[in-house]
Formats: sequence, structure tokens, C-alpha cells
Amino acid sequence: MTTPPSSSPPPLRSSGEQLVGDPDRHVAGLFEYVLGLADDALVSAQRTGWWISRAPQLEEDVALANIGLDQLGQARALLAHAGAVEGAGRTEDDLAYLRDEREFRNVWLVERQQRDFGVAMARLLVLSAWQAELYAALARSTDPALAAVAGKAVKEVAYHLDHAGHWVLRLGDGTEESHRRMQAAVDAEWPYVEELFTPVDPTLVASGVAVDPAALRPAVLHAVGSVVRRATLTVPEVAPARGGGRQGLHTEELGYLLAEMQHLHRSHPGATW
Amino acid sequence: MFFEELLADDGRVEPRDEMPDAYRRLLVRQIAQHAHSEIIGMQPEGNWISRAPSLRRKAILMAKVQDEAGHGLYLYAAAETLGVDREDLLDQLHTGRQKYSSIFNYPTLTWADVGAIGWLVDGAAIVNQVPLCRCSYGPYGRAMVRVCKEESFHQRQGFEILHTLSHGTPAQQAMAQDAVDRYWWPALMMFGPPDADSPHSAQSMAWGIKRFSNDELRQRFIDMTVPQSEALGLSLPDPDLRWNEERGHYDSGAIDFTELTEVVSGRGPCNAQRMAHRVKAHEDGAWVREAASAYAAKQAAREGAA
Amino acid sequence: MRDWPLWEVFVRSRRGLSHVHVGSLHAPDAELALRNARDVYTRRQEGVSLWVVPSAEIVASEPGQSDAFFDPAADKIYRHPTFYDIPEGVEHL
Repeated sequence: MTTPPSSSPPPLRSSGEQLVGDPDRHVAGLFEYVLGLADDALVSAQRTGWWISRAPQLEEDVALANIGLDQLGQARALLAHAGAVEGAGRTEDDLAYLRDEREFRNVWLVERQQRDFGVAMARLLVLSAWQAELYAALARSTDPALAAVAGKAVKEVAYHLDHAGHWVLRLGDGTEESHRRMQAAVDAEWPYVEELFTPVDPTLVASGVAVDPAALRPAVLHAVGSVVRRATLTVPEVAPARGGGRQGLHTEELGYLLAEMQHLHRSHPGATW
Repeated sequence: MFFEELLADDGRVEPRDEMPDAYRRLLVRQIAQHAHSEIIGMQPEGNWISRAPSLRRKAILMAKVQDEAGHGLYLYAAAETLGVDREDLLDQLHTGRQKYSSIFNYPTLTWADVGAIGWLVDGAAIVNQVPLCRCSYGPYGRAMVRVCKEESFHQRQGFEILHTLSHGTPAQQAMAQDAVDRYWWPALMMFGPPDADSPHSAQSMAWGIKRFSNDELRQRFIDMTVPQSEALGLSLPDPDLRWNEERGHYDSGAIDFTELTEVVSGRGPCNAQRMAHRVKAHEDGAWVREAASAYAAKQAAREGAA
Repeated sequence: MRDWPLWEVFVRSRRGLSHVHVGSLHAPDAELALRNARDVYTRRQEGVSLWVVPSAEIVASEPGQSDAFFDPAADKIYRHPTFYDIPEGVEHL
């Protein structure tokens, strides 16, 4: 599924950098890149799934399940693609269930618990605003498989953004209590925004496979900021969290998430489910 | 009288028609209990969403538990056409004044339980629910049509889980058999007490709410399920289960209904846990529901002022 | 505090067909009612268009008046084409 450098179509974004003709490095870089996006979606789906049977209203149980299912669908498509890129025969389940904490590539934003509805909506707002820009650009990726996944996902995350936006607005501009709690939620999630723009392998950007995260920054911050301000909330001024998820450096919370997610699969090596 | 004529003619009663108070009360009680069962039923299976052993199974399970929320919603909507509020019905659930199906007071201890619930519990529910599509009360019947359509996927996915396990490793086979052993008798109890001890049945049949007796439906379920268990290669935990050529049905052993009485009266393995989970979700969401109402009021005021 | 208001949901299952009533739901306002309707009633591609209407806004005929409303139409059989005799062999009529 990888695009050999020799036959690369014109790049998505020309950075002027000449493509280095090292196929192994290209494969490794692409694998890491796709894995990062896949893990963001997978870990989000795992956190969103917690809400089913715990939402503030029955209608919201249904809505959050839809969002979780979209995220899980994106994760599966991206993991399958990552496995194909790697070429070592690993399936979506091998990648989801048989990697340890240090091999996961998701950002910190998605891995922490979110058992407050305000936090869940603040996080979904940031995540979906970012994914909306990301997938829109990736729909034009020179990697056809990635472009196909992104082309489908872009519609899904547009709905997530709409959903989160409506809730942040209502909670921010609702009661005194909800205003206070929604501001606290935005404050709590804000340090994790910056990690989304961590640079990726420049050769992937140059070949038009990947999107330069920095290029998405203004649009994402504008989308999130405008919702936050319309919700009568303040955009926090906080130092970014340390991050490092793309290098497999996580918060302590990811280990517990994986322990729960993986234990049954790992307890029966080689079994079919 | 209009109501009696309508029922005699197998017609459908619609929300604003005149109807006897007892008919309305019976329907509210039954539809509410049915709706409560759907939303409490989200918990035992929701318990395995985070641990589903493959991503495919995780997606199926999420969609299934989501359907249960949807089914609860369709049913509360049907109940509301009788002049009650969902908020009141939920309040009655939360304070223990209305019940839900006892089957959801059993724990899901292993992944195979998710299969057993789909195959046996949803299977029993379908046998109960298909006749309800022809219930004399229009909105309930229509809600059931929708529920039954969606429910058939639930039973099949459960069967598929067990089929995969029973053809898997020895540990998986044992897991599947254990789940069926634990869920078989509770599934049979889902049809309610024997006809002789069923207080509401006669009136319910006369009003066209119920179309078949508890024991008839239970027999139908047994007849349908035994051959399926053979296809799964799993045994059912009843030594007296055998085909009766003369009756054209399976004979089965006596059901220990004291167990059902125990669970109904709140002494099942998970009664307290299920209620605590449900009440906590409702209470934790209060600030969100209030905020949305406050925002709607502000918006209406702003639009009025503009 | 009372529950969110009730909304009636209508779905157009495909182009060329009317919107049909499918059920109801609760939502605090019209925007969320529409979104809830999408999530609850079109999970299996049941629709291409949605209407939500506040239940309180629906004006309905009274079942008690249905004799006066609907029975007088019963004897106006001349409104139906089958009322008329047409000679054999006449077509397109």
C-alpha cells in the first residue's frame, strides 16, 4: 500500500525537500505515522465506550455510542493499514492487543480517564476539531489507502465536532454550576492541545503522504477557541503538558487502559474469537 | 362501548381513545417494566465492552448495547403516549417502585456470558416480544415491531460468539459451556411464573396485550433452542430434557421458581449493583440536563427579545 | 426539575416518499432534538431527511368526535372511480 518514492505523484504540500530514496525508512516512518492516528482513535473509542449506560440522558447514551463506534471504525481501518504498511502480517487485533504501553503512539489528550461529562465534551471538541482538519487534508494524501480512510472519517468527525460544540455551548452558557464545571473541563484539557502539533517525519510530509501538523494549528485553535468563547468561557493560558505519546512515552493511565482492554485476548494466545 | 367493540374486532387502541383505567394502568406498568429492562440490560453486557477480545467483537457489542438504549427509548416513548412522563417512570425505577426483568440481576462473569445473553436471553425476549407486535395498544405494538427487527441481530451475534467458542480451544469450550449452564434456567424464568400462578395473565390476554400464556411461550422457546444447542455442541443443564413424540414438544425438568422469587424480591446477585449504577448515572447527569434546560430558556428569551 | 420536552420524530426513508412518524424523544431544544433523532432513529440508514416537532405543538382531532369528523364521508361513494359504469371496450378512462 506504500507509495514508492520513484513513482510519487506531486506532493500534497511542497516543502521543497527532496525525497530521500530509502524505502525501509519510508515504511518505518509511515507505519509510525499511521499507528499514531490509529492509536488516537482506538484509545478514544475505549474511553468513549465507558459512557454507554452512564450518559446524562438516554438519548446521549445512543449518541456517544455512535461516536465511539465511529472512532473504533477509524481505528480498525487505520490499524489494518498500518499492518499492511509494515508487511509483517500483523492484523488489527495483533496491533491492538499485543503491543505494550511503550509501543502505543497515541497523544496524551485521549488516554486519560474522562468520567465527567464536561471533560468528555471538552476533549471531544479538541480531538474532533483536530481530526476534522487532519482528515480533510489527508483525504488528499498520496497514500491511497490513507486517503480513503480519511475521506470516510472526515464526515464522521464533522458530526463529533458538531455534537461536542453544541454541548460545550450549553454547558458553558447554562447554569452557574455548569459554567464553572465546563470552564474547569476546558482548563483541564487545554495543556494537551499542543501535543497534537508534534512534528512528523518530514519525508512523509514532503512526499504528500502525511500532513504537517503545524499547518493545522491555526485552524484547529480557531475552531476550538470560537466555540469556547461563544460558550462564554475563557481560553486558558496554560503551559502545555510534556507529551511524548508519539514516541511511546505516556501517562500512567494508559497502562491500566491497556491492561483492561488486552487481558482476555492475551489470556488465550492464538485463540479465535 | 367503543373500547370493547374495538378489541372484539381485533382493532388497535390509539393514545387519545377512551380506555378503561385498569387497561391504561396495566399497559403503563408493563411497558415501563419493559423499558427499564432494556436500560438496566445495558449494564451486564456493557461490562464487557472495554474487554471484548477482538475489535470486531468490541464494535458489535457497542452497537448492541446502544440498541438497548434505543429500545428503552422507543418503549418509554410508547409509555408516554399513555399520559405518563419518562422522568416519573425513571423515578419509580430508581426508588424500586417499578421492576425490571430479573435476568439482568445475574453477573456476566466471562466473555462467554455475552454470547449466552445474546443467544438465550435475547432469544427468550424475542419469543416474548414477537406476539407483542400485535398488542392491542398501537404505540406499544409499533415500538415492538421496531425492537424485534433490531433484536434478531442480537440473538445471532450471541449464537456466533458461542459457536466460535465451542469450536475453539478447550478453555474456550469450557467457558461457553459454563455460561450456558448458568444462563439456561434464568432464561426459562424470563417467561414468568407458571400459568396457574400468573396473576395478571388472564386480564392481559382478554385485553389483547398478551397473546399467549407464559407456559406456551416457554415451551416454544425450549422447542426452538434445543436443536440450536445441538448445533453449538453445547449441552443444556437439564437431565429431563427429551423429545416427546406424542406431544410434539420437548419435555423438561421442573423450574425452581423460589430462585425467581428471591431475585425479584431483590436478593439476586447483582440487584444492588445494577440499581446503584443506574441511579449514579442519573444523578451525575443532573447538572448536564439542568444546564441544557437553562440554555434553552435563555435562547428562547434572547429570541423573544430580538 | 422536569424532564426535557418531548419531540415527535418524522423520517423520510428515501427520496420520493413522505416523512412518516417514527416515534418521539426528549431534547432540551430543537437543535439537539434533531441530532438526537439522527442518532436514535436513523442508526440503520432508515432515513435521508428528518423532521422534529414539539409534541405540544401538534393539534389533533378528538377521538370522541371521530363519528362527526369521518363518518359523513362514508356514503359519498361517487368520489371513487369504481362507482361509475363504463361500457365494455372503452379505454384510458
